[in-house]
Amino acid sequence: MSMEKRIKKYLSKTTSTAPLAVFRIGFGIMMFYGIIRYWLKGWIETIYLEPKFHFKYYGFEWVKTLGNYTYILFLICGISALLVAIGYRYKYAIIAFFLSFTYIELMEKTTYLNHYYFISILSFVMIFLPAERYFSVDAYKQKKEYLTVPNWTIDSIKLLLGIVYFYAGLAKINSDWLFKAMPLKIWLPSKYDLPLIGESLMQQNWFHYAMSWSGMLYDLLIPFLLLYKKTRGIAFFLVVFFHVFTRILFPIGMFPFVMIVSALIFFDSGFHQKIIGYIKKIISAFSKLKTPEHFPFYQIRNKGIILSMLVVFFILQLVIPFRNVLYPNELFWTEEGFRFSWRVMLIEKMGYANFKIVDGETKEYFYVDNTDFLTPLQEKQMSFQPDFILEYAHYLGDHFKKQGHKNIEVYVKSFVALNGRLSQPFINEDVNLYAEKESFKPKHWILPFNDEIKGL
Amino acid sequence: MKKIIGVIVITLIAVACSKSDDSNPGNGGPNDTFNRGAMLTNIADNIIIPAFQDFSTDLNGLVTAKDNFVATPNQSNLDALRVSWYNAYKTWQYLEMFNIGKAEELLYSFQMNVYPTNTTDIENNIVSGTYDLTNVNNNDAVGFPALDYMLYGIANDDTAILNVYTAANYKNYLSDLVDQMQSLTATVYTDWTSSYRATFIASTENTASSAVNKLVNDFIFYYEKGLRANKIGIPAGVFSSTPLPSKVEGVYREDVSRALALEALQAVQDMFNGIAYNGSSSGESFKSYLETLNRSELATLINSRFNTAKQKIQGLDANLKSQVTTDNTKMTEAYDALQLAVVSLKVDMLQAFNISVDYVDADGD
Repeated sequence: MSMEKRIKKYLSKTTSTAPLAVFRIGFGIMMFYGIIRYWLKGWIETIYLEPKFHFKYYGFEWVKTLGNYTYILFLICGISALLVAIGYRYKYAIIAFFLSFTYIELMEKTTYLNHYYFISILSFVMIFLPAERYFSVDAYKQKKEYLTVPNWTIDSIKLLLGIVYFYAGLAKINSDWLFKAMPLKIWLPSKYDLPLIGESLMQQNWFHYAMSWSGMLYDLLIPFLLLYKKTRGIAFFLVVFFHVFTRILFPIGMFPFVMIVSALIFFDSGFHQKIIGYIKKIISAFSKLKTPEHFPFYQIRNKGIILSMLVVFFILQLVIPFRNVLYPNELFWTEEGFRFSWRVMLIEKMGYANFKIVDGETKEYFYVDNTDFLTPLQEKQMSFQPDFILEYAHYLGDHFKKQGHKNIEVYVKSFVALNGRLSQPFINEDVNLYAEKESFKPKHWILPFNDEIKGL
Repeated sequence: MKKIIGVIVITLIAVACSKSDDSNPGNGGPNDTFNRGAMLTNIADNIIIPAFQDFSTDLNGLVTAKDNFVATPNQSNLDALRVSWYNAYKTWQYLEMFNIGKAEELLYSFQMNVYPTNTTDIENNIVSGTYDLTNVNNNDAVGFPALDYMLYGIANDDTAILNVYTAANYKNYLSDLVDQMQSLTATVYTDWTSSYRATFIASTENTASSAVNKLVNDFIFYYEKGLRANKIGIPAGVFSSTPLPSKVEGVYREDVSRALALEALQAVQDMFNGIAYNGSSSGESFKSYLETLNRSELATLINSRFNTAKQKIQGLDANLKSQVTTDNTKMTEAYDALQLAVVSLKVDMLQAFNISVDYVDADGD
């Protein structure tokens, strides 16, 4: 069969809508819970309201912080997540969720997390999937349920999950991770509080290497183990174990549960029908559910456009993580191309950045106390990421200019320790950062890394 | 392919199951468990409590000298009072970094050593006759810096100073200042010797509020702010457009600023190395913690940076205020030397211990 025929045949394959519906419910509930948790922990205040200054993403400097209206944004996000879960006005709900969640993330670069990025792009993909055509308030109101959908709708989610895991695994193929067991060698021994294993297993050298290697293998193999029917059971057990274990070890919030629930999409329709049956039983205790009329297959409108978009989307997802090869110097050091590439919990990096404001003419100078301008979290994130350092340098320059200082030049003396190496100078202290501009070009004022890390 | 997957899966399971096997707890590589409890015990029993004992004695002496002076304000009593003040001030340098327990609760160090002192507030307090020394607004009108002013700066020469203390309200304020310092110290010291010691030693968890984490963060904070910035950096004008010589410690006495800075640095270094307050024996400490974590090279580097800073400070004038005005470059060099250790402590040591610098919990990535 020719390639074109194969593709056509694949695109016309259909499968039960049930897994998509269950995924929608799980996703919506977890996002709803996630927003509430964020609110209750007071993070809206500490991250979006209290800081005087917010770090922005390159190209998204126009995204404003909203002061007290931030609460409304979170309200919209939470409510739309709930509406996604129950499948009420799903298209509007998922679009609202995608926009509000992404806007929240764009307001402050300090809180960049790979799993927030994952949720943004996942919710984007879900806009184009017919997740409300089965077992949803929309379906029940319209009295129409569609029993099958094109395979590619569910496969899109599987592909996205697979990409996340696989690339996370590829990222772990580097000499620090595999041959030095770094940074687990720093993180694991500090978990000495854990019962039974804290003072024993966590301290063992061989255990650090075992965790590094098995973490890498898990990430690389799990998408395939989940796909292949015979290994699916064990694979899911491993998913649960891996994520629960990392949750116990590290403060990673909702992410493990998001991944565990998402992994259910790999199971066949019978499994999901059982889940839906279970939920139906619970609901029928409160109100009578009138089963809608069943239609065999849901024909997606604008299929051509949606498919082309998804193809472009996935091509980007496959290519973007490799953009770091365009930049010279060590990736873990310069972080040029580090984000948006599933490099999850991969390095331990700490820095110290001391800014000097100089009058270019009189040569008078003074050092800045970062705590006057940044929260502890912001200062920590700024100290080892060059784009933050540049942005902060400009903020300081503008601030002191407003105060009346003249001929402002901003220099930084900074040191960074990476994966347990002794701290080294990070930024060229003779470069006036106030005169440098942000761009996609390599930053020549980052000092070279005095070591070598081999990797992809 | 299936076989390979099978083998890998079994390996993963084996590794996973082995989490319940804790045989051979002592049989490890270089990362054998460090006894944090022993470190806290060493610091409490051999450093903090003995320093408090010494300080307590010094403050008792200060109270006695103050009582004598207030009863009979003459030159010899003034001299004796000044000597007591200086002795207590030197011992204080060994305690300021322990902002934990009762000290944290009472904001102890803010009531003992905020400088420069605010002479306007002091004079206003004296004139009004009613004041609450524990009020936060009076932090810059109490403690050692206030005494510094009261004993040296309140008039132009000793004769004039003695004349000031013929007035009752000046005597009262002086007396209240000293009594307050003694009373605060007694509270904090008693807490240590009664219930807090046990709480402290047991609090070894790796959480933001545990004694271990607080101790490390306090230590670094004191070194960066209390020592590097307050004693050297701020007067040298590092954080301002011009030097600020009148912001040195002990500015009215004039010739003790360098000595106090050296005491503080000694206290910091001894604390890092776990060296007992009385004598030279050592126990578990940050240094030995680093060595257990296979980072001896870092411990050595930190000590060598402390030593370089010590040399630089020793090369300064005994009166740091005049050092700033005659040759500030030496001050900034001393600052730079102190600064190097900040990086080693705040970046390298914290990374090795894997203790978070801040108390904001956000999901780590």
